[in-house]
Amino acid sequence: MTATARALVVATSVALGLALCWAMLQLPAPSIDLRTHVEARLDLAGVAHPVTAVLLNFRAYDTLLEIAVLQLALFGVLSLCGAAPLAGRRVAARPEPLLQSTAGALAPLVVLVAVYLLWAGARQAGGAFQAGAVLASGAVLLFLAGLMPPWQDPGAPLRFALVAGFLLFLLVATLPLPRAQLLRYPPHAATALITAIEAGLTGSVALILSGLFLWLPDENEEAEQ
Amino acid sequence: MSATAFDLLLVLALLWSGLRAMTVPDLFRAVVTFIVFGLLIALAWARLDAPDVALADAAVGAGLAGALLLDTVGHLRAKQGRPPS
Amino acid sequence: MTPASIYALAGAALFVAGAAGMVLQSHLLRKILAFNIMGSGAFLALVGLGQRAGPPDPVPQAMVLTGIVVAISATALALALARRLLNLTGHMRLPRKAADD
Repeated sequence: MTATARALVVATSVALGLALCWAMLQLPAPSIDLRTHVEARLDLAGVAHPVTAVLLNFRAYDTLLEIAVLQLALFGVLSLCGAAPLAGRRVAARPEPLLQSTAGALAPLVVLVAVYLLWAGARQAGGAFQAGAVLASGAVLLFLAGLMPPWQDPGAPLRFALVAGFLLFLLVATLPLPRAQLLRYPPHAATALITAIEAGLTGSVALILSGLFLWLPDENEEAEQ
Repeated sequence: MSATAFDLLLVLALLWSGLRAMTVPDLFRAVVTFIVFGLLIALAWARLDAPDVALADAAVGAGLAGALLLDTVGHLRAKQGRPPS
Repeated sequence: MTPASIYALAGAALFVAGAAGMVLQSHLLRKILAFNIMGSGAFLALVGLGQRAGPPDPVPQAMVLTGIVVAISATALALALARRLLNLTGHMRLPRKAADD
């Protein structure tokens, strides 16, 4: 890229940034207050925390599509693992005992924190994604310490577990289809449905996020496939 | 008044670490600066009264993304440090 | 100016800086870093503008949660593609025009 082109890009981005800041400062006070609307209907939502209620009830369609996007990314990563059969990734040649004992001691704590985050999401900050991300971080830690073998080509149970969260969510979403509605929870069953969906989401999100790390295409000795 | 000073300091640190993460010549340092950027963003979420977002960003943005990027940097270095075959 | 507006302005600056970085850098890993910084800037702007009047608003926060998950999916897929390119060509930059173009 020539020097003038680079200067032009920098100048344009600075100008755009200044224009954005000026536009943000010109905005009038917001006329809609969504928080009061959410709080007014919180008892119908089935959970006590407004963010969880928005995420899993009022805007559940976004969450459904978000899980689908996660899965699509995983499908992409799985299909990029090369034509050679997944021989598994190489781990550290000399596993360090201190790292192994620390990781082994932390693993149950990771599971405890994840389950707590999932349970606490109904009342306070927490939720399915945070719990799934913590579980995935624990899995990556165990892999890097050498306590978990590299993940091979996924068999049928793992494949089912990867999509189970999305399928459960889809099932709950299409349950009211005979009444020509989609993704509506009856208020008396909302808490149970949301809990079931969150549990399924946690499992699937944890597996997908770990898979995004553990199935990254590795070095092939014969790179010319 | 001290809250605004903290906010300004955090914003300056965010901008500085963000710019440095993109421009530092060494890739390893760039990724580490990016992890620092992720943690500062988690602080910003906490300041914005968004604890769920702070949890998610700390776990995913700083944790998982940092692990992915560091793994790729190590892979890159191993490939470049390999003696020419 | 409320604290949230300061973060919204910072978000705009980060977005623009990330966009410039994505265009100017040719190394794929740096492009991915710049893309993540762009995303974080956009999320800060979204929540900051939504809360500029004061009380925390749950709807933008839920949207940003979704956005974070989508951003990590995109990052992981981009890294997988970049590593595949590295395995195939030995470089982590997009190939220039071929000689017989």
